[in-house]
Amino acid sequence: MADVYLNSNIVGVVDNPLTFVSDIKDLRRKGAIQIDVNVFFNEEANEISIYTDEGRARRPLIVVKDGRSLLTEKHLDQLKGGELSWMDLVRQGVVEYLDAAEEENSLIAFNDIEITVEHTHLEVSPGVITGVTTSLVPFGNYLLSTRLNGGSKNQKQALGFYAANYHLRLDMDANILHYPQNPLVKTKIHDVIDYSEHPSGQNMVVAIMCYDGYNMEDGVILNKTSIQRGLARSTYFHPISAEELRYSGGLIDEISVPDKDVKGYRSEQDYRFLETDGIVYPEAKVDEGDVIIGRTSPPRFLSSMDEYNLSAATRRESSLNLKHGQKGVADLVILTENEEGNRLVQVRLREERIPEIGDKFTSRHGQKGVTGILIPQQDIPFSASGIVPDLIFTPHGIPSRMTISHLIELIGAKVGALSGRYIDGTLFQSEYEKDLRKELQERGFREDGTEVFYDGRTGKQMLARIYVGNMYYLRLRHMVANKMQSRARGPIQLLTRQPTEGKAKEGGLRLGEMEKDTFIAHGASLLLKERFDSDQVVIPICEKSGLMGYYDLRQNGKAISPLYGENSEMSEVEMSYAFKLLLDEIRSMGIYVKLNLENKY
Amino acid sequence: MKKEHQDIIDQYSEILPPYILGQIDQYLPSSSTKVQVEKVLSKVIEAFETAKVNPGECVGLVSAESIGEPGTQMTLNTFHLAGVAEVQVTTGLPRIIEIFDAQKSIKTPMMEIYLKDSHNSVDAVRKFAAKIKSTLFGEFAKEYSLDIFDQKLQVLLNKEFLADHEITAKDLAKSIKLKSKGFVIVVEDDRIIFEHKGKPEEIKELYNLKNKIRLVKVKGLKGITQVLPVKRGEKYLVLTAGTNLKDVLDLPEVDVTRTTSNDIHEVYSVLGVEAARQIIINEVFKVIESQGLNVDLRHIMLVADIMCVGGNIKGITRYGVVSEKASVLARASFETPVKHIINAALEGEVDYLTSVVENVMINQPVPLGTGLPGLITKLK
Repeated sequence: MADVYLNSNIVGVVDNPLTFVSDIKDLRRKGAIQIDVNVFFNEEANEISIYTDEGRARRPLIVVKDGRSLLTEKHLDQLKGGELSWMDLVRQGVVEYLDAAEEENSLIAFNDIEITVEHTHLEVSPGVITGVTTSLVPFGNYLLSTRLNGGSKNQKQALGFYAANYHLRLDMDANILHYPQNPLVKTKIHDVIDYSEHPSGQNMVVAIMCYDGYNMEDGVILNKTSIQRGLARSTYFHPISAEELRYSGGLIDEISVPDKDVKGYRSEQDYRFLETDGIVYPEAKVDEGDVIIGRTSPPRFLSSMDEYNLSAATRRESSLNLKHGQKGVADLVILTENEEGNRLVQVRLREERIPEIGDKFTSRHGQKGVTGILIPQQDIPFSASGIVPDLIFTPHGIPSRMTISHLIELIGAKVGALSGRYIDGTLFQSEYEKDLRKELQERGFREDGTEVFYDGRTGKQMLARIYVGNMYYLRLRHMVANKMQSRARGPIQLLTRQPTEGKAKEGGLRLGEMEKDTFIAHGASLLLKERFDSDQVVIPICEKSGLMGYYDLRQNGKAISPLYGENSEMSEVEMSYAFKLLLDEIRSMGIYVKLNLENKY
Repeated sequence: MKKEHQDIIDQYSEILPPYILGQIDQYLPSSSTKVQVEKVLSKVIEAFETAKVNPGECVGLVSAESIGEPGTQMTLNTFHLAGVAEVQVTTGLPRIIEIFDAQKSIKTPMMEIYLKDSHNSVDAVRKFAAKIKSTLFGEFAKEYSLDIFDQKLQVLLNKEFLADHEITAKDLAKSIKLKSKGFVIVVEDDRIIFEHKGKPEEIKELYNLKNKIRLVKVKGLKGITQVLPVKRGEKYLVLTAGTNLKDVLDLPEVDVTRTTSNDIHEVYSVLGVEAARQIIINEVFKVIESQGLNVDLRHIMLVADIMCVGGNIKGITRYGVVSEKASVLARASFETPVKHIINAALEGEVDYLTSVVENVMINQPVPLGTGLPGLITKLK
């Protein structure tokens, strides 16, 4: 006796739960009931749950009966011949979809070798335990799980050919790799997802060696000549948009070249890229500060009285200019309307990004690194056969991270390049390392993948043989060009008079609380004072009242005491503006802060 | 040890601390000549002088950084070993915070009780442990039954438990006599019956009695909830959960010189501020060591000194050490600035800007390191 629930509603009781459940399964496999019905017998609660509703994650499995997979050689032949399709297998009951509940009642074999009489199902492929991006890591079963995760994350950040219609799209921060290639070492999933339609890396010649320490601590060395030939080159697209906003009273922004009498008019020089419609002309080379879209806005706070006041009716300049660090070529101009029916102008900037020091590269095994130097081809070590690596990876990245798949891919791609075929690195189903090594040897190379190398600068043979081969390397979207900033002087905040924060505002790097502590710990008090001088002010203080005075311009800027007027000695005191603000705030609480002045020397 | 060495060394008693002189005394070969001894001493003085902290060295901040930085690496989870008898202890960051804040009630109060050599055996320790563990009346009771008609409360006792603790029902009855005034107590083999003395009152009274006597301590010391006899080296000792240092030290079996508690305030009230300071140092060091971190003991000693310098214990909180700072601005920059500024205004406090934080605030050189020296001659 067991209760039966249909989509969590009780529908009745059955005498023999086990036969009931197996009957339902048989009917489903025969096609008598829908294939998306799942049944689950909860032995502990003595309940049978039948689910037919939507929203259950289900996965396909091959049915196993009496220790034998229902998928036979005949099926495979028919599949290859195109006589059978996937859905035919499902309809025949060879493959079925299980939900999380029904999975609890089944014993699933990982591969056909381990099937026993007790097994009920077989995985379609042992590789399906990973998701799509993770399965793109070749030889994934030779990699630590943490690295595997890292490798799959890195691939999502890789530059590639993300959409064939990229030239018509206005994606925020889009990147296109110039000559994307198919990986020499592929997995079966690459074919399934049509990776060749949107590849995102290039096959580089990689040597694993040190070279003057420019690749230490996860650095990579790039071949400058390869870069000049177009290796890893990409284009960066960045859209900028402006709309004509509507304000109360029928007033509206206007996109045009601003008139000279507009409030806040820059200079003719600044509007030099604008065409008569107020928008940059395509292919204009613009730099930071240049106006891209000219715009004027109606005056702010226009009251009814001001409508008759001509001087107040001047419009404001509100053009869009490039922020600090932005530059490029106007690539595409689009004139359109937004949801509210306002006129919308979008300009897409294009910028060619040639790999430089600080750009990030990675293999597919979580072995990311930052370019340390670009070396001209003539100075890079070369092999006996004259092969020059495109990228030099550090051997110190290997032992602690144990990324064996990284090393296998290098040999695999080398074999692939020599034999002109793609190497299969599918998870748990990859080609054997042993076979790859054998094939490498047959091609006339050392079986262990190493080659004799010569220093490009001296021509001397290197003491060790270098592990060299091909690898699929990805350029990641983190580029120095987007991140680098420095400042000596620049904009400050209005309230605190301290430097602004953040790259877009040309900000400074804050010397924070803990950094301050390190200065004190070293006893460098005068250096600390200098570092905190960024908001230094000189304020006249009344010696009698101890209050902050002001300069009276009517009396040639004479300092005046707020309490005693001219009848007090005023001294100029240097302090940080933030402290002056603190004094103001304390005074606003009704507390009289008196500064007792004393000569320091 | 030659007499003449002793004489030379004694001449230096003003310059070098006794401990160092003692060390020299101990390791000096007796064959060494007078010149050699003096050479050794001058070298030691040189080393001693260079080891001294320079004026203007900000030892407090260096200590703070030296304890604070490893603190960021401390893990919050404690490790447990399955099957090993252990007392649950607060460690890691929570314990450090507990100590430095000088919290009055700590999460896991503990004692390490050493016994005198005459009691250093398995049986003696077991017996002692059972003796000090506080056992409540409720633990002996198997069943309570309220007789509504006769206004009686009957307590059925757990005989085996009584036997384990070598206590008779009569002893039990005696121990709760004080708490059950107004009731007649009748002891029958394995049960105790309470009967109202005067006229029958409300049943509530009997019910209250039941709740009251349940929590009466029958034997042991107050507060000691768990005991664990352990062997450390050749010595047997008793670890306890819950502390009662004062009463434990009164017991004749206890080795008074080594028995400690981890409750700083308890140690302070029983043994005084110097002992409390040592407990702070030991407890912090224990935590840092257990996390596999390496902090110089002197940093911890400095913090402990600051906490105990006033003769009582002050935590590193706005109520403790920070409230004693001379500068208004320094106190305001720590926590609750408005409160400090308003109170300073009410009292008309003057900030002489003599310390570090104030000077950072107004951006003046801090009186430390290169900012410390000034001109002796005043120009005005």
